[in-house]
Amino acid sequence: MKSFFTLKITAFFAMALMPLSILAAGIDMAAPTEKVTNWPAISMFVVFVGFTLFITYWAAQRTKSAKDFYAAGGGITGMQNGLAIAGDYMSAASFLGITGMVYLKGYDGLIFAIGFLVGWPIILFLMSERLRNLGKFTFADVASYRFQQTPIRVLSAFGGIAVVILYLIAQMVGAGKLIELLFGLDFNYAVVMVGILIIAYVTFGGMLATTWVQIIKAVLLLSGATFIALAVMYNMDFSFEMLFKSAVETRDGDMNILFSGGFVSDPVNAISLGIALMFGTAGLPHILMRFFTVPDAKEARKSVFFATGFIGYFYILAFIIGFGAIAMVVASEYMDGAKLIGGNNMAAIHLSHVVGGDFFLGFISAVAFATILAVVSGLTLAGASAISHDIYANVINKIATDAQETKVARYSTLVIGALAILFGIGFKDQNIAFVVALAFTIAASANFPVLIMSMFWGNMTTRGAVIGGWSGLVSAVVMVVLGPVVWTQILAMGDPIVPYKFPALFTVAIAFIGIWFFSITDKSARAQQDRDGFEAQFIRSQTGIGAEGASEH
Amino acid sequence: METSKIEKIKNLPEYQQLVRERTGLAWKLSILMLGVYYGYILLLAFNPEFFTTIVMGDYISIGFPVGVAIIVFAFLLTGYYVQRANSVFDDLTAKIKKEVE
Repeated sequence: MKSFFTLKITAFFAMALMPLSILAAGIDMAAPTEKVTNWPAISMFVVFVGFTLFITYWAAQRTKSAKDFYAAGGGITGMQNGLAIAGDYMSAASFLGITGMVYLKGYDGLIFAIGFLVGWPIILFLMSERLRNLGKFTFADVASYRFQQTPIRVLSAFGGIAVVILYLIAQMVGAGKLIELLFGLDFNYAVVMVGILIIAYVTFGGMLATTWVQIIKAVLLLSGATFIALAVMYNMDFSFEMLFKSAVETRDGDMNILFSGGFVSDPVNAISLGIALMFGTAGLPHILMRFFTVPDAKEARKSVFFATGFIGYFYILAFIIGFGAIAMVVASEYMDGAKLIGGNNMAAIHLSHVVGGDFFLGFISAVAFATILAVVSGLTLAGASAISHDIYANVINKIATDAQETKVARYSTLVIGALAILFGIGFKDQNIAFVVALAFTIAASANFPVLIMSMFWGNMTTRGAVIGGWSGLVSAVVMVVLGPVVWTQILAMGDPIVPYKFPALFTVAIAFIGIWFFSITDKSARAQQDRDGFEAQFIRSQTGIGAEGASEH
Repeated sequence: METSKIEKIKNLPEYQQLVRERTGLAWKLSILMLGVYYGYILLLAFNPEFFTTIVMGDYISIGFPVGVAIIVFAFLLTGYYVQRANSVFDDLTAKIKKEVE
C-alpha cells in the first residue's frame, strides 16, 4: 500500500515537471520572434520548482493524520509561522502591485501599503491568541464553537470559499501574465502549469509543504527586495534627497509624486477602503488557518510580531524600489513608447535588471513566480479545508474518520486546483484589481464580524450569526456589483447605482447590526444554549485550557 | 468543560487579573493603532495641503517620515504587547493551569 502511494507520488511529480519541458519548447519557439531567451531566469526557475517539489516529497512522508494535513501537526514555531504569514501576505499583488503603484503614482503607493499593514496589530491584540486557543483546523471551528454547527459551518464555508476563489482568480491571472511576459510561454500553458504544481504541493504535502514553500519564498523575496533597495540607495549615495531628486527629474520636474495625489480625496471611500483592508485581513481564511499550525497561544502571538516586522520592512523596501524604478528604469530597452514594457506592475522586475543584470533578473522573476505558487497553495488548502472539514466532516458525514476526511480534502484540492485553472483562463482579460477588492470586502463583511463577535459577545446567538453573516455576505456582493468598477467599467451599464468603490463601511455595519439585532431579539431555546456556552468558551480562549495541542512526531 | 471547573476558574484571582489586564491592554493598544491610522487617513482626506510641506532639503516632503513612522509604530506596538504578554500573561496562565489541572 505504501509503495503504491510512493509510486503515485513519483508519477505525479513526473507529471508536474512535464510542463517544464513544454516551457522550454515554448521558449525555443518564441525566441526568434520575441525577446532573447533568458536562460538564467529559466534555470533559477527550474531549480526553485525542483526544490519545492523535493520539500513536498519530504513533507508527504510526514503527513499522516488530518492534523498533519491541515495544520502541519501544530508543530510550527512562532518565527517560522511569522515568515509563512508574511509570505502569504506578500503576494505577487503586493510585491509587483505596490512597487508598480509607487512607480505610477509616487507617494500614494505608500498610503495603500500602510492600509495593508495596520490590520496586523489589531489581529494580534484581539484575535491571534484566542484563535489559537479555540480553533482546530479552520476559522469556522472558532466561529461555530458554541453555536448550532450546521448553519454556521455552512455560512463560514461559503464566506471562506468565496474569498478563496476570488483571490485565486487574481493570483492565477497574475501568474499567467508574468510567465507570458518573462518566458514568452503561452498564457494557458502557464496557468495549467501553476495549477498542476499547486495540486501536487497541497495534495501530497498538505500544510507542512505549503508552510515550508511559503517560508523559503518569504526569505528569498525579502533578500531579493533588500538587494534591489540597497543597490538603488548605493546608486543614490545612500541619500533619499538624491533618490527623490532623480525621480522628480525623470518625471520632468513633476513634484506631485512626492505628495498625496488625491488618492483619498473622498473621506467615505478612504475610510471604507481602510475598513476593507484592515478587517478584511482578519477574515482571510488562508491567513486565519496559519494560527492553528503553532503549538500554543504564545507562539501564535510571536508569529504576528514577526509577521508585522517582516511585512512592514518589506513595504518600506517596496517604496524605495518603486522610487528607484522611477529614477533608474529609463533606458529605451525597458520602454514601449512612454510606458513600461509589460505595464507598471513590471517596474520591480525591470529595476532588478538595471541593478543586477540578467542573472539577478532571473532570480527576481523566479521569486515572483514562487510567490504566486506559494500563495495559491495556501489558498487552495484553505478552500479544501472548508469543503472537507466544515462541510463534509461536520455537516454531511458527522462520523467521518480522520482518513476519510483527509481523503475528501485531497479530492477537494483537485477540484479547487482544476477550478483555479479554468477561472484563470476564463478571467484572462479581466481587470483583477476589482476581484481583490471584492475578496477583501467579503472577508471583512461576512467572515470577520461573525468571528470577532462570537469571541467577544456572550449574548450572540445562532440566529444572529446566521442572519448577520449572510446579510454581510450578500450586501457586499450586491454593492460591489452595483458599484463603479463592476457596474460601470466592466458591465458598461452607465452610472453606478452604488457610488462607492469600496462599500465595506456599509456592509460591515450591516453585518454587525444584523448580528446584534437578531441576537438580542432571539428568545428560542437554542439561544439560551448559545449564551450559556459563552463562559466555557471565554475561559478556554483566555487560558487555552482544553485547547488543541501539537501532535507527536 | 464541566460547570464546577468553570466556577473554580472564574473565582481564581489570577484568572480575573489575567482577563482584566489582557482585555485592558488589548483595547488600549487597538484604539491607539486605529486612532493613528484613521487620523492619518482623515488628514489626507481633509487637509491634503499639509502633505506638500517640505521638511528636509528640497525634496523630502512630510509624508515620507510620517508614513514610515506609522509602519514603525505598528511594529513597536506589537513588540510591546508581545513583551507584556510573555512576561505577565503567560505566568498567570501557568498559575491558573496549575490550580485546576
